Amino acid sequence: MGAHGSHGSGSDGVPALPTDGRPSGFIDCDETIERLYFYLDGELTDERRQEITRHLDLCGPCVDVYGFEAELRKVIANRCRDHVPDALLDRVARVLDDERSRQSN
Amino acid sequence: MADQAAFSDLAMEYMPALYTAALRMTRNPSDAEDLVQETYLKAYRAFGSFEAGTNLKAWLYRILTNTYINSYRAKKRRPEIADVEDVEDLYLYHHLSGDGADGLGRSAEDEALDRFTDDDVKAAIESLPDTFRIAVLLADVEGFSYKEIAEITEVPIGTVMSRIHRGRKALQKALYGFGIERGLVAATGDGR
Repeated sequence: MGAHGSHGSGSDGVPALPTDGRPSGFIDCDETIERLYFYLDGELTDERRQEITRHLDLCGPCVDVYGFEAELRKVIANRCRDHVPDALLDRVARVLDDERSRQSN
Repeated sequence: MADQAAFSDLAMEYMPALYTAALRMTRNPSDAEDLVQETYLKAYRAFGSFEAGTNLKAWLYRILTNTYINSYRAKKRRPEIADVEDVEDLYLYHHLSGDGADGLGRSAEDEALDRFTDDDVKAAIESLPDTFRIAVLLADVEGFSYKEIAEITEVPIGTVMSRIHRGRKALQKALYGFGIERGLVAATGDGR
């Protein structure tokens, strides 16, 4: 089975990207998916990054996976925010004030 | 050396982020508030050792994380579960993309994501064991780099990457579990 389970071998009527004799700098679906999180995390060198971008430009199934994982990342970041209670802001301000006056005595 | 008088001006803006992280770590508002207060007091006292111009947010997170691990986790005497189950790559994508979903417009799996609420996401994160929960929080909620997370949690960068990677997969599985439980997504039932 291919990297994302839906292509990679030319089945399903989706042409697989060439993996044999490809020009250097081109990577296949497995390599793309393997490095996808590093790509999303911004933790790749420019060269590695460009290899994935080039693959994504040409490969619909990998773009689907990429779009999903990027969306999921946003959902996780945005849907777990909490409002700071005013009482906590007051409490911390008071504790720091007390500490300041304690230190200056 | 940083000036203690400037502490509040510089540090208070990070409270919403620190409070969110504290809530996910302690899993309850009262402990989270205590943890945030303790973090600010420790940070204020130690501010002289903070190198001005370096990453204040990461420095505060380091104090928060250490305080949580050293006092709150110990206080609860909750045995640390050292590992998470091995979950396949792209778990959620595979489980949410139904057969024949390759149609027009938004895909089935992208639409399914919209149905998860804040509570689902929070509960899924809170279901992870400590080390994985902290790694995922720092990476995916706060957007710290691997290097920053290595400094905050005081572990090698390779360990950080492994925790983030495994934690994310466990998180995907937990989210899917909540989705099934609440009838948000259909069970694919193929056990992939």
